[in-house]
Amino acid sequence: MIDPSVVDLSRLQFAATALYHFLFVPLTLGLSWLLVAMEAAYVMSGKPIYKEMVLFWGKLYGINFALGVTTGLTMEFQFGTNWAYYSHYVGDIFGAPLAIEGLMAFFLESTMAGLFFFGWKRLSRVGHLAVTMLMALGTNLSAVLILIANGWMQDPVGAVFNPITMRMELTDFWALVFNPAAQAKFVHTVSAGYVTGSVFVLAISSWYLMKGRHLEFARRSFRIAAAFGLASALSVIVLGDESGYAVSESQKSKLAAIEAMWKSEAAPAGFNLLAWPNEDKQANDWEIRVPYMLGLIATRSTDKALPGIREIRAENRKRIVSGIEAIAALEAMRKNPQDAEAKDRFKAHEKDMGYGLLVKKYSEQASLATPEMIDQAAMDSVPKVAPLFWIFRFMVLAAFVMLALFVLAFWHSTKGSFESRPWLLKWAFWSLPLPWLAIHSGWIVAEYGRQPWTVHGMLPTHLSASSLSAANLWGSLAGFLGFYTLLLIAEMFLMFKYARRGPEGHDEPAATLQMAAVNA
Amino acid sequence: MLDYETLKLIWWLLVGVLLIGFAIMDGHDMGVGILLPFLGKTDTERRVMINTVAPHWDGNQVWFITAGGAIFAAWPVVYATAFSGMYWALLLVLFALFFRPVGFDYRSKLPNPAWRGFWDWGLFAGSAVPALVFGVAFGNLLQGVPFHFDASMRSFYTGSFWALVLNPFALLTGIVSVAMLALQGATFLAHRTEGHLQARTRNAATLFGVLLIAGFVAAGVWVSGMEGYVITSAIDANAAMNPLMKEVARTPGGWLANYGKAPLLWLLPASGLGGALIAVLMVRAGRTLLAFAGSSLACLGIIGTAGVSLFPFVMPSSSDPRSSITAWDAVSSHYTLWVMLWVALIFTPLVLAYTGWAYRVMRGKVTDDFIRANDKVLY
Repeated sequence: MIDPSVVDLSRLQFAATALYHFLFVPLTLGLSWLLVAMEAAYVMSGKPIYKEMVLFWGKLYGINFALGVTTGLTMEFQFGTNWAYYSHYVGDIFGAPLAIEGLMAFFLESTMAGLFFFGWKRLSRVGHLAVTMLMALGTNLSAVLILIANGWMQDPVGAVFNPITMRMELTDFWALVFNPAAQAKFVHTVSAGYVTGSVFVLAISSWYLMKGRHLEFARRSFRIAAAFGLASALSVIVLGDESGYAVSESQKSKLAAIEAMWKSEAAPAGFNLLAWPNEDKQANDWEIRVPYMLGLIATRSTDKALPGIREIRAENRKRIVSGIEAIAALEAMRKNPQDAEAKDRFKAHEKDMGYGLLVKKYSEQASLATPEMIDQAAMDSVPKVAPLFWIFRFMVLAAFVMLALFVLAFWHSTKGSFESRPWLLKWAFWSLPLPWLAIHSGWIVAEYGRQPWTVHGMLPTHLSASSLSAANLWGSLAGFLGFYTLLLIAEMFLMFKYARRGPEGHDEPAATLQMAAVNA
Repeated sequence: MLDYETLKLIWWLLVGVLLIGFAIMDGHDMGVGILLPFLGKTDTERRVMINTVAPHWDGNQVWFITAGGAIFAAWPVVYATAFSGMYWALLLVLFALFFRPVGFDYRSKLPNPAWRGFWDWGLFAGSAVPALVFGVAFGNLLQGVPFHFDASMRSFYTGSFWALVLNPFALLTGIVSVAMLALQGATFLAHRTEGHLQARTRNAATLFGVLLIAGFVAAGVWVSGMEGYVITSAIDANAAMNPLMKEVARTPGGWLANYGKAPLLWLLPASGLGGALIAVLMVRAGRTLLAFAGSSLACLGIIGTAGVSLFPFVMPSSSDPRSSITAWDAVSSHYTLWVMLWVALIFTPLVLAYTGWAYRVMRGKVTDDFIRANDKVLY
């Protein structure tokens, strides 16, 4: 059995490095399209101020992008280093979107980024705009593929177990690609990135306006960010609702935990606006409810019931017992591949095998699990309620604060009155950390909410880690945290320095490589 | 759908292509990083060196990332076993690589010489350490690595980090790898710089070219006397299998068996040596583009030599030979290999096309004057 502390430390390391990576990704996602919008304005209008905007925001984009690339390296390899059994067990499916991401998206993004920064004088105006667009396209394609991979972990489709190779194998590539869970996640996540980019530009522009610096530059940046931000914030919230719907189809346990819904109730279920979840009693100490609302959001109907946590646990207990049968049948099949009875038994219980694996946390030999162990595994099958309940609500609150900001910013930018609204500029400026807080909350809800699984219903987290020692993990975790902290300090230092300096710090753009071009 | 055995073979070749592509493309900017503190005598010269690869290093680095992703998709058993087993070696590579994006992008954003000097050595470490570790890893593969699988196909590595590294043969292959990428960087710099700096890159190319030839020959002689691995049981390469479904034995000189069966394979070590020789002769003759082509041929020949010597083994196990991972049992399912082949067929030509275009757009020498004229916007 794997040392439980290795599993916990591996989770901590993954969470830390993934969240760290996702400090930089959303800004890249959002700024890349804002750069396209600004550069398109430059190409169409020919006004140099738009080019100045592309150069200035592009410089900040570059400082952020460097760390996105750096921390992305870890993500590509960490499944192998720390989640070796996961990589073996589902690599046949999960590896595909990762490889496609490299080949289809990341090559494009990275190659075009080089030309974006250094190709100004080498490319025509339209040519450079095309490069910027391809860079943004690459960034977004990259997000599609990563969210296809993540969507599959939330809601696995198109895969079947192979007893010879002892792993899950892909049976339907298009089911993987068009997985509804992945599609909803993609739009929700990239929209959140666009909001991040918009808040970033809006906040820094507001700061210039408050300081009375770079006014023309800041005004135009403010307007573009307000419009793009409003559209994106609406999209995040609408598509967040769409992923709520997707969650309810695939992962009832996550939804029940987010909503602190302990018992099933008659459709349409009410929505707990606020509550105080009590894990021991499996009930809420108090709650403030909006009748019917959850049923409408999650089932898009007034007659479909949603299961509560107690019912889900009871149902999962049955699946665990059935899954233990599957594991026993599989062992018999591997001893004697001709054993027809074992084959039939395996077929009958195969869909519950993942649940059977849950008891391996308590009993190496699944068939020796006691009823108490099975009870405990069934308890584990729904994540802790309170953290999910509160973190989810924080995310939603942050989203609505940003939506309100963009509604007002857009309103005042169409009326041209935002400069005379210091409260609005202050609000925009102090909103700078909000998108990151909301996004990290969202990922915690998505990933912690999937526990105890790495792949929902298929592979438990406690079996997924590598055969490493806790000492290895302490060492690598310390290395990552230390290294990443130093990099973050350097990044923030440059970001503040260049953001404070403003657009005037620019020379004419580079790549006057013309003088030497002859010599190719 | 092609049959499973053919697809397994194609994917062995494609992983090879990715590694060779990585060595040729990311290899030349890593080579620049390795040479940076030694050939660039002034800040401007170092900036010239860095800016020869400034528009390209990021795209080139994707060869490494895509190789990782492709190994995950096509050889999940290798991805899981090699990276968790050689945990610290891989983390060392990652930590070193962290210096590159940041080093390139942040170095010249502040004028402070201490800041710039720090990132110059960061770029050196970010280039030299991965080159060394990759070479050391191949040295270990040729000697076998101590790991085994249990019945559920969970892998256990039973060696230590120091056993991987403090190992004379692996250090030799590590040096071959560093010399190979340094030669790749030196020939690239010779093509893209001029004057004193270019003269220095010519000398560096000569030095590393000779070192590469000597090291590669020495490693070859060493390997010919080493125990190789052979599969001794009958296997059905066209069927799904796991690594434990075969018997493996060690035999002296086993790594040369494939060359006996197909003498044409000798072309690979020959192009390793010939390419390095062409690189040295051409760079001295001032034919820099040919020199770079020769150096790239050397990358192909040397990586190809390591690959076909091991074939069909990918990662032999020294402690439990039958757990050894081969191109027949490391692979994804028939269907996944087929899907991924289509992905590779569609996107690889596209990647090569726009990468080629990017190099064309940014072609030409980088000079001191150019750096001074564009001080604020260049790396």
